[in-house]
Amino acid sequence: MPNLAGKTTSAASRGGAAARLGTGKPAASARAADDQSPLITRRAWMGVAWGSFSAASAAALAATGRFMFPNVLNEPPQQFVAGFPSEYGMGVDERWKERNGVWIVRTPDDIVARASGFYALLVTCTHLGCTPNYLAAEAKFKCPCHGSGFRTTGINFEGPAPRPLERARIVLADDGQILVDKARKFQQELGQWTDPEAFLRI
Amino acid sequence: MAETKTVAPKESASVRLWNWLTETQVWTSVFRHSRPDTDRNRVLVMLSNVFLHLHPVRIRKSGVKLRYTWCMGGLSFFLFLVLTFTGLLLMFYYRPTLEYAYTDIVGLREHVPLGIMREMHRWGAHAMVITVWLHMFRVFMTGSYKPPREFNWSVGVVMLVLTLLLSFTGYLLPWDQLAIWAITVGSNMARATPFLGHEGPGAALLRLGDVPLIHAYDDARFALLGGSFVGEGALLRFYVLHCVGLPLAIAVLMAVHFWRVRKDGGISGPL
Repeated sequence: MPNLAGKTTSAASRGGAAARLGTGKPAASARAADDQSPLITRRAWMGVAWGSFSAASAAALAATGRFMFPNVLNEPPQQFVAGFPSEYGMGVDERWKERNGVWIVRTPDDIVARASGFYALLVTCTHLGCTPNYLAAEAKFKCPCHGSGFRTTGINFEGPAPRPLERARIVLADDGQILVDKARKFQQELGQWTDPEAFLRI
Repeated sequence: MAETKTVAPKESASVRLWNWLTETQVWTSVFRHSRPDTDRNRVLVMLSNVFLHLHPVRIRKSGVKLRYTWCMGGLSFFLFLVLTFTGLLLMFYYRPTLEYAYTDIVGLREHVPLGIMREMHRWGAHAMVITVWLHMFRVFMTGSYKPPREFNWSVGVVMLVLTLLLSFTGYLLPWDQLAIWAITVGSNMARATPFLGHEGPGAALLRLGDVPLIHAYDDARFALLGGSFVGEGALLRFYVLHCVGLPLAIAVLMAVHFWRVRKDGGISGPL
């Protein structure tokens, strides 16, 4: 029976390097030719296995989460060109309401800017998010969901809406057309309607 | 005295047919026991059937008392099965696209035979929400949430939330005015989530320098709707969640829920 002292796996668990040194073998970094102790203990290997499984599972979970955010949307863009100012008369224009979600309003005397020009109102009611209808006869926006009412300026005056309609950034594009950018919006109650990009002076 | 021989009366044809049938190989391979006329066979009825083995072999007399249990949990499960079946039938005629969703629902009423599958599904959904609430109320009133049943109570609460989510996701599928605006209003709540919603507290903190990580096209509401508003992305996502995702989740929890009832002492057991 060969002498297996210091060469078994249990010996390795107890400190195989010490066992090897105890038998007068060379330094632990160089394994002897007949060294049968394991390169990695069972316990360490289980740690490697579980660790890589956990890492792979976490990566799969993260990938699944990323999967839920689409890269391509079939939605109209936030920024769009709305034609030349000469194409608009005074008052509320609904030509972009359905597709792009703004009303273009031309006024001779804006309540904030005190000048004539354009502003763009977002068509989202500030109560719970429905789309109001413009009632030209009464010159107001009326939300069909809960009855919120807004003046053509966007100021709320009846119903449960807590604040005025929001204005979108409106500027002149390089070719002279109106450019509306919904990515930036201005809220009157925060004093943001005084921002120069909230009103297009024409 | 002449010998009298006792002879068993000849069995009727139907009895002989039955005896032959239940001794065929086909029959005995399906049913591994005979009729439940002995205690052993009564046990085997439950244990040798995968559907019935979720039931205990015996239950307490109080388990069938309507005054004790109201049977609301059982009714909820029954309604879930009804909804699954009617929902499956609806899926044969419904297409979850912007072009077809509304007209397919109208078609289910006008063109499909019988024409009440959609209504049965809807009534079943309303009824299940009611029975689930009543079940929760009953469990509370009988103290059946006390130890060792506290975990099962929590499982039940999660199932309540899943039931309400099933109702929420299903509500969008007819794609009518009621559906679109209800889901618009409901999903707008998601944008106010702390940190994960673009209009919620803390969202502005999550940014890499100048680039915001949470905005209208990248927040919890966007993931829920698959878009920035309730459109084709929301319809398809809600369809998948309603028909596959949420039913699987609630079925798994039902298994846990029923299992825990048995392990904690059986239905209508002493506290």
